[in-house]
Amino acid sequence: MNGQLAVEMRDAAVRIGGRQIWGGVDFAARPGELVAVLGPNGSGKSTLLRVLLGLLPIAHGSVTVLGGAPGAHNESIGYLPQRRVFDETTRVRGIDLVRLGLDGSRWGLPPPPFGPRPWVDRARAARQRVAEVIAQVGAQEYAGRAIGECSGGEQQRLLIAQALVRRPRLLILDEPLDGLDIPNQVAVTALVQRICRSEGVAVLLVAHDVNPLLPYLDRILYLAGGQAVAGTPEEVITAETLSALYGTAIEVLRTSSGRLVVVGHPEGHHAHGPPVPQRVRHVLE
Amino acid sequence: MEPGFSVNPLSDLEALLSYPFMVNALEAGTIVAVMAALAGWLMVLRRQSFAGHTLSLMSFPGAALAALVGWPFVSGYYLFCVAGALAIAVGDGGGSRAWGAGGGRAWGAGGSGRRSRAQESAATGAVQAGALALGFVFLSVYGGVLEDLETLLFGSFVGISSGQVLTLLVVAVGVLALLAFIGRPLLMASIDEVVADARGVPVRVLSVVFLLLLGLAVAATAQITGALLVFALLVAPAAAAQQLTARIAIGLALSVAFALAVTWLGLGISYFTNWPLGFTITSLAFVVYLTARMVRR
Repeated sequence: MNGQLAVEMRDAAVRIGGRQIWGGVDFAARPGELVAVLGPNGSGKSTLLRVLLGLLPIAHGSVTVLGGAPGAHNESIGYLPQRRVFDETTRVRGIDLVRLGLDGSRWGLPPPPFGPRPWVDRARAARQRVAEVIAQVGAQEYAGRAIGECSGGEQQRLLIAQALVRRPRLLILDEPLDGLDIPNQVAVTALVQRICRSEGVAVLLVAHDVNPLLPYLDRILYLAGGQAVAGTPEEVITAETLSALYGTAIEVLRTSSGRLVVVGHPEGHHAHGPPVPQRVRHVLE
Repeated sequence: MEPGFSVNPLSDLEALLSYPFMVNALEAGTIVAVMAALAGWLMVLRRQSFAGHTLSLMSFPGAALAALVGWPFVSGYYLFCVAGALAIAVGDGGGSRAWGAGGGRAWGAGGSGRRSRAQESAATGAVQAGALALGFVFLSVYGGVLEDLETLLFGSFVGISSGQVLTLLVVAVGVLALLAFIGRPLLMASIDEVVADARGVPVRVLSVVFLLLLGLAVAATAQITGALLVFALLVAPAAAAQQLTARIAIGLALSVAFALAVTWLGLGISYFTNWPLGFTITSLAFVVYLTARMVRR
């Protein structure tokens, strides 16, 4: 299992309603790798996730997920959809939310912590696994509080715990940093990278803003203009690559502190995150 | 023996239980309280109180139709509550797919995106208006006056037969057994529809099934509290419990405890004062809810 690729796409293309969203995508993610899926709005990042989950067929090429067809091993995929916010009227605890990730899709009531031995054992095993994963994301302090009373960063850690609780081999996180402040963006990324390494799980992380991710990334899949480029950050965040991708002149500058700055990025709007100057988007350490 | 209130609660209880109709009322009230408290807890979590309220009004066209065709009121209740649940579910149809690019950003409990929630409210409102209109049509075709209109609206504890109690028990056991069976996936879909959907939980089907079960619970509850005051047992105990705790098991237990306390006390007070049962139960339920809110502050 260990040498197997978590995701492999070869010359893959997707059409929705006759229109090609992207094509010619060659990409692979190995276990224990943290991969960022970047690109402007409408470049087909969510479409890519739907393909990997087997919800959308590809029109061309091949896609393999965890050694099978997309959708065949969804039980081994931890999926965190675009950020949802629980408001204070949601009266269940974070720990309940994580527990639902473990066995929430099973029919019936959970085994009670009393009665026949198998029930007690199953209840204890479930409780232990939930406690373990909550400790892993560092949410012990607030997991017992109502989820709506937790901050955005705390909710996001609990949702990551929920996605992790069944020990997935592939973790798909759709814009998990969206709406978080910078320190939380960095902290959540560091947490994801740590889990990625320690559990040997492949992580695909869709993001808008590459800055908080860059120190932690192994690979980038950059979607734009119906095409894709995959590689290490150093390979992808270059003037040639980005210019070719966007079909317009883009410069990547190195600041005196050694950071990379992308200039001439065509993505004119930036819904979330810090007030970055319009034409300066990606900074690479 | 005139109903008279003494300072000795034991002798009061004895006097109360010396009438078979009071025993029936207590049994019916107990069954209904447990069912309403549990179904209501899920309803409050799913933010479907408006749907619950609309279902409770279904007993009006239900009773009118029953009068028109000469059925017992109760059968009209069940028929229309189930039909109403289906109508609301159909009205909400297709709106709960949260997939897709962009999409709504703020999902709360109940899961659906904002648009789909609003859609459900509109559909529910339409069902409500339509059902009331239908009730008036039945009533005018019937040409008579609905007997026991007050009972229909505000509830009563006299004249509950043993047969009715048995029917209530069967309905309650069925509803609760089904709720237990769909328990975990329903909870998951109620809290986070998108994740539930991604994990293969049949979110749409569960939503329809829950509305149907809610319809049955409402039809049963309306027989005790009356159509207008179903809310007292369905919403108040559950909402009070959710104010006090975010623990699921304790919340469910508290909800049941509140509903039972309110029902039993309400029956006792109504018996000794002759005040309408709907009034006493609703007032007590309101006090419970208000107290819970103040405790939480």
